[in-house]
Amino acid sequence: MKRRRALIVLAMLAVLALLSLLLSLAVGSVALSPGAVLAALFGEAGHGLNAGQVGADSMAREVVLNLRLPRALAAFACGGLLALAGALMQVLLRNPLADPYVLGISGGAAVGALAAMLWGVGMGLGLGAAAFVGAMAAMGLVFGLARGDGSWTQTRLLLTGVIIAAGCGAVVALMLSLAPDRQLRGMLFWLMGDAGEAVAPLSALMILLVGLAVAMYFSRELNLLTRGPLLAATLGVNVTRLRLILYFLASLLTAAAVTNIGSVGFVGLVVPHLVRLLLGNDQRLLLPAATLAGATLLTLADTLARSIIAPQQLPVGVLTALIGVPVFLFLLARSPRGGPT
Amino acid sequence: MTAALLETHDLAVSIGGKQVVHNLCLTLAPGERLAILGRNGVGKTTLLHTLAGLRAPEAGEIRLAGDRYDTLGPRCAARLRGLLAQHQGDAFDASVLETVLVGRHPHLSRWDWESAADEHMAHAALAAVGLAELAQRSIHTLSGGERQRVALATLLVQQPRVYLLDEPLAHLDLNHQIAVLQLIARRVHEEHAALVMVLHDVNLAAHFSDQALLLQGDGKHELGTSRTVLDAASLSRLYGYPLREMGDEQNRWLAPEIATPALQNRVADNASGSTALRETPM
Repeated sequence: MKRRRALIVLAMLAVLALLSLLLSLAVGSVALSPGAVLAALFGEAGHGLNAGQVGADSMAREVVLNLRLPRALAAFACGGLLALAGALMQVLLRNPLADPYVLGISGGAAVGALAAMLWGVGMGLGLGAAAFVGAMAAMGLVFGLARGDGSWTQTRLLLTGVIIAAGCGAVVALMLSLAPDRQLRGMLFWLMGDAGEAVAPLSALMILLVGLAVAMYFSRELNLLTRGPLLAATLGVNVTRLRLILYFLASLLTAAAVTNIGSVGFVGLVVPHLVRLLLGNDQRLLLPAATLAGATLLTLADTLARSIIAPQQLPVGVLTALIGVPVFLFLLARSPRGGPT
Repeated sequence: MTAALLETHDLAVSIGGKQVVHNLCLTLAPGERLAILGRNGVGKTTLLHTLAGLRAPEAGEIRLAGDRYDTLGPRCAARLRGLLAQHQGDAFDASVLETVLVGRHPHLSRWDWESAADEHMAHAALAAVGLAELAQRSIHTLSGGERQRVALATLLVQQPRVYLLDEPLAHLDLNHQIAVLQLIARRVHEEHAALVMVLHDVNLAAHFSDQALLLQGDGKHELGTSRTVLDAASLSRLYGYPLREMGDEQNRWLAPEIATPALQNRVADNASGSTALRETPM
């Protein structure tokens, strides 16, 4: 019966997520009806009776499939990636205040991306690759240093990660101060997060699906890990292996998101919290629910970011915070359990 | 004769360069209860975790129902032995019922959710520790003693054959101390399980155990039936503080000598133990 409740909740969240995708495909400089969006997505070209109708149809098709869909999918996938990575980091560090960036993954990605921009690499695949390399370097560095003495404690991991993140922050600040003015705006936008320049939305979506499947495979063991490594080990969990899997999984998910849309803040910290306030801390429900909620939030935020003061665009990270903060505070205020911890 | 549930052969355990025990050979048959006693910091918890297979021994071997931990694997081991740890870390909130259901983990296959039968078992375990009406409460709102009893309920639904309890009476008031020990003793008797517990109360240890293991702190140990090992002389030596035996043939009680200035001097004089208790007289 608990399982049935979980499935109902997830089905509702999935419907919301699909509606947010539909909305983001419909809204823009050319407003489309939901029917037109669906026709553009699934209909065949050249169905119309007259030439004008065909022209409008193909225009809508062009807008939906080539302009809006990649961007909406990128926002959707990365929102899910960040929320899932945040939820996993919170379990790994057994700290409800952990977010996907706490261990320096986004810092590494930012160093990689900004260095590439300074070298003159434009937006696109090269930039994404540089960000990914930076993220992987940070992940390897934190892993190697945290494991230095053979132990693998969460305090040592957290300290190492926070210090590497701080170091990356300093390097980013250094590069920003050295950068010529004409590059500065692009760099700042990358740092704040921008779904318009996503390099590989489909691969992000694939990584999200695989990552979620792996996380769900271990979800009950993750429940035990939240209650402490000793209890988990007593109940038959291989704690060291599970924590390594968790670290690499959360890091890869974060790297995939940051590579595509930059360091969008807030989603990874607050969406898992929000879901925990509403649905409790059972990872079997929390992980997929946070993924869907994160995807929905970032899709809506990106839609607003490109349409509020169109044709100008806002950084999507600003909007995730502007939507998320009041929602979160409202839920916290009426939470019967008296806190998210 | 059934096989022993827990056996060690020439077991040696050390932590941080300090020897906890060596050459420990103990055998616990179904229904048998062992109490471990020793001063703070001699390694009682370390030994218990070693017996639970959570850390490797320095030498020797441990057999759980005839098998070594490395052939059993963590999951099978979790169905055979359960540990009540000294501390419960609750980083995240959860209900009492959810916390108890965690103990069913080793009995569920990977994609299973807890069934109605599991929930029924959890409610029964909560009733057994006297917390039936708290099932929906948040664990963050419990007192220390209530949290300890929730941890015990979690252990009960795990249904192990060997119960390893690390200070099961911590935070409990007097009536619950007795109730918990009686509950565990009944379980062990009914299910032909075995029990190892770290205790600080020598009288409760004498009453609720068949064997006793005294850890001296220098790697030496004393192991035997509780009746022979738990006497005033051994325990006075163990704690470095004089105890007096009282009672008749049926009931023995061991009590610390009341601290008088004269006794304090005596304790100070033969203070072989650096941590001998020194209380100022009222």
